[in-house]
Amino acid sequence: MALLTLSSPHAHGSNSTSKVMLTVILATLPGLAVTTGLFGFGTLVNLLLASVTALVTEALILKIRKRPIGFFLRDYSALLTGVLLGLALPPLAPWWITVVATAFAIIFAKQLYGGMGNNPFNPAMVGYALVLVSFPVQMTTNWAASSQMGVDPAGLGDALNAIFGGHVSDAFTGATPLDAYKHQIAAKTAEEVLKDSTFNGFLNGGWAWVNLAYLAGGIFLIWKRIISWHIPVSMLTALALCSLLLGWDSDMYTPLSLHLLSGATMIGAFFIATDPVSAATTPRGRLIYGAGTGIFLYLIRTWGAYPDAVAFSVLLMNFAAPFIDAYTQPRTYGHAKAARGLKKPGAK
Amino acid sequence: MTHLIQLHSFDGGIHPAENKQQSTRKPVQIAPLPAELVLPLGQHIGAPADPCVSVGERVLKGQKIAEPHGFVSVALHAPTSGEIIAIEKRAIPHASGLQDLCMVIRPDGEERWIEHQSLLTELTVDDLTDIEPAKVVERIRDCGIAGMGGAGFPTSVKLTVKRDEQGSTPIDTLILNGAECEPYITADDMLMRERADEVLRGAQVLLYLLNAERCMIGIEDNKPEAIAALNEAAKSLNEEHHIDVVTIPTKYPSGGEKQLIQILTGKEVPSGGIPAQLGIVCQNVGTAAAIYRAVYHGEPLISRIATITGDATREPGNWEVLLGTPVSHLLQLAGYQPQQQPRVIMGGPMMGFALPHTELPVVKTTNCLLAPSEQEMPVNQMAMACIRCGMCTEACPAQLLPQQLYWFSRAEEYDKAEQHHLFDCIECGACSYVCPSQIPLVQYYRHAKGAIREEKAAQAKSERAKERFERRQARHERELEEKEAKRKARAEAAAQSAAAKKAAGSDDAAPAAGNASAVSADAPTTSPQLEKLQKQLTATQTAIAKTKEKLAEAQQAVAAGDEAMQTKVDAFTAALEKSQTKMKDIARDMAAEKKALKAQAAAPAGNAEGGPDKGDPNSPDRLKRKWETAQARLDTALKRLAEAKAEGLDTVETLQSGIDKQQARVDEAKAAYEAALQAEQDGSSAPDAAATEQAPAAADSAAEADSLKKKVLAQQDRLAKATERLNMAQQQGLDTVEALAKGVDKQQQKLDELQQQLASLTETAAASTAKTTEDGTV
Repeated sequence: MALLTLSSPHAHGSNSTSKVMLTVILATLPGLAVTTGLFGFGTLVNLLLASVTALVTEALILKIRKRPIGFFLRDYSALLTGVLLGLALPPLAPWWITVVATAFAIIFAKQLYGGMGNNPFNPAMVGYALVLVSFPVQMTTNWAASSQMGVDPAGLGDALNAIFGGHVSDAFTGATPLDAYKHQIAAKTAEEVLKDSTFNGFLNGGWAWVNLAYLAGGIFLIWKRIISWHIPVSMLTALALCSLLLGWDSDMYTPLSLHLLSGATMIGAFFIATDPVSAATTPRGRLIYGAGTGIFLYLIRTWGAYPDAVAFSVLLMNFAAPFIDAYTQPRTYGHAKAARGLKKPGAK
Repeated sequence: MTHLIQLHSFDGGIHPAENKQQSTRKPVQIAPLPAELVLPLGQHIGAPADPCVSVGERVLKGQKIAEPHGFVSVALHAPTSGEIIAIEKRAIPHASGLQDLCMVIRPDGEERWIEHQSLLTELTVDDLTDIEPAKVVERIRDCGIAGMGGAGFPTSVKLTVKRDEQGSTPIDTLILNGAECEPYITADDMLMRERADEVLRGAQVLLYLLNAERCMIGIEDNKPEAIAALNEAAKSLNEEHHIDVVTIPTKYPSGGEKQLIQILTGKEVPSGGIPAQLGIVCQNVGTAAAIYRAVYHGEPLISRIATITGDATREPGNWEVLLGTPVSHLLQLAGYQPQQQPRVIMGGPMMGFALPHTELPVVKTTNCLLAPSEQEMPVNQMAMACIRCGMCTEACPAQLLPQQLYWFSRAEEYDKAEQHHLFDCIECGACSYVCPSQIPLVQYYRHAKGAIREEKAAQAKSERAKERFERRQARHERELEEKEAKRKARAEAAAQSAAAKKAAGSDDAAPAAGNASAVSADAPTTSPQLEKLQKQLTATQTAIAKTKEKLAEAQQAVAAGDEAMQTKVDAFTAALEKSQTKMKDIARDMAAEKKALKAQAAAPAGNAEGGPDKGDPNSPDRLKRKWETAQARLDTALKRLAEAKAEGLDTVETLQSGIDKQQARVDEAKAAYEAALQAEQDGSSAPDAAATEQAPAAADSAAEADSLKKKVLAQQDRLAKATERLNMAQQQGLDTVEALAKGVDKQQQKLDELQQQLASLTETAAASTAKTTEDGTV
């Protein structure tokens, strides 16, 4: 009787890549709910649009590459890219921005590198950076205003009208707190700036709630052991330290509270920078990678041309990830010292 | 007496479902005798045992049927009384799926034991400590005990420790591994529950042999019954026994030797090193019990406890199984029901290997047979892409970066994989277990390790060849230089003597001297007749080769059913015989011619200056050099063996057999040298005799040259054949390529040696001819 011969181990844990991806998508739900509640339906529409685009482009490319479409779509990595882009783009951005960003992310940043697992850069952030650089007007003026800023958030009809019809009403849009603070602080004092409606309510006009929701989702992911604590903790610590050391004067620089609880800080720290494929993978490497992202985030937010900088910081650190990994190997059992680099000791 | 033991933890590890309770419900049962027992000769790491009984012989239970071969080897015994019905190649339970030499016994059902007794009774002593440790170790080796935890390393080797004059050893801690961390397996658990006293008595023997201060028995906390049994049994040990039963947390792979050492002592075994470097020796609890049976009862290792479990068996449990029992027999005992996709694993679900079929014997290391149902252990789906999630890194107990190793192995970037310590991977499978993409990581590592080992072996081989070549080159140059220097010296001497003679007024001295040096410059080493014969010989040789080829073709045709070819075969055979006779004739003529030539050349060469020639391959100097080279090689080989052992490489076996061969060579060379030395001393005590014997000696050397030449030709023939076979194998991509390549290498080496000998012999002849001519003319 011929038996099945397979290599050990024969037992396998119940974990799967699809589960990992779905758990991450699940963890974004609090953020999505809060955003929709405070800023209207724009984000939800974006998210659906981006998800559909992601799945369709992924399927198309897989077909061209003659790969099993169903098998790869079920890993849900394309869906996650779509979801993250939908959450990251301005809620009332025109539909073609979302479509271009998502398609570019899937086609160029992911599939052309060989598909899942082979992309050196975070696909969602590549897509985001592309539209941010190419269409700065649409990307910076279509941020929805929140209910806490004293406006009614966009309803489903308004959102659809804005996104697909291009009728963006000023009633629903407003500057982001980071943008507003950065531009007004040059002329005003901190106290004066904070009187702006953008900063209404509990901290900065609802943005803090969004960030706290993502923080909750992130903690859920760490608890489920989907992500490790290293990157978020070191990234937030680095950002906080920079803010305290370099920008302690809130009359001149954006204050720490705004850095941590505004913009894309929390979604960036827990959902974007932790993308395993493009991040550093060694435990110490992740600390360095997170810290680097945090520092870049602060530098670009403070002295760069853009109000927020999660995409750029993450992409810049993506470059460094392989290098970081090579020099942060753990000390292997039975060795006095950890290995460094990629060359064998003694090799020429 | 128990001590407080500070437990440590190891990084990583996993908690797979234990699945142990299925097989612990019933006590250990005795498996009935099968119809046939198949006993592989190599059930341990190291050289396979040598059979010491023959086919047809009747053997008793416990009778030794194979002797250990070399140091890293153990004996093998008949598990029951019966008849040896075969010693042949059979399929063995090994991941390679290869066949190996096995002894096959047909049991007679009587289970008659051979006479056996306790070592204490045999030596008529009251206490174990009255026996020299070496004798106890010898008994353990003779009883065929090899590590029963999985690797099967000969226990006697681990117990051979250095002792100083006070008898103390570098070992202070003995660790008995009762962790049994793999899911499903309960063989050690049941052993400890039912035979706790044997384990402890075995531990005491080990403590004495190693002169260790303490013993820790590490057991995972999921085996409370075993822990209780051992603690209970320890109470009956009267004196200070220094044995601690240590409960450790359940976590896979805490039963890995390195991990258990880390848990119990906090120390790490250096990479590439062995626990003894830390003063620790680690043994499986089953091995300890076997040692007790061997020392106190004289019972060799002929059976073991094996777990037979998995959802495809109706009655999982533990059985005391005779070695050599077929897996199919045991599966039947447990009520095995084959599945749609049948799978039987020898060992556990994490590190065991899937058997290709069930007609395989249980061996000394078989602790478990696992027959899972499909639902229980679904076949892995297609692996998804690695998303670098790093879960493998968190699970790795050796603090490696499994994911990086995977990428490097896949890309065949083996230098990077090595730099990332690929060889520190213990293949525990924790990384594959947690991988969400279901990548068979361990399989990649195994492949990479194999490829790297192959690469290194090839490299070492080419380096050795290079060295050999360079040495030969240097020797040739040196010999040429020496020859040239001698020639110059002679020419000068001749010129001087000529000048002296001239000065003395002799008229015809000058031209004679000039003539002499001219002759010595290009002394004939051969005659036209010899050259002619040589050509004939070569031609005949080619003819023979061709005829042989044709003959082979014809024979093939006949074999294929072409009757008409039979006449051709006969014709070719006749032709071949004729050519061979002709070749022999020519060779004989050549020998005669050479003999004549050399006798002629050597006859007047009996002066003292010539002496026994430097180039003579049998001169004591040369023989001594040969001996020394052989000795040096043996030393290197021994060193390599030690390294290999230290690193636990698979090459140990090969090295060991190489060493044995090399030792034989050394002995041979030494004997030759001593004989030659003796001969020379005899010779020098009677210089006159030596001088008069010079001529026949020269004739002898001519004959020797002749036989050498024949040998060279034969060797060339062999080499050509071997090369042809290699080419064929390469073309057809056969597995034998490596072995054949090795063969060709060996043949080439032999040829080189022969040619060298021949060259030196010819040189000698040439030198003496030159001398003769010179002297003769003068």
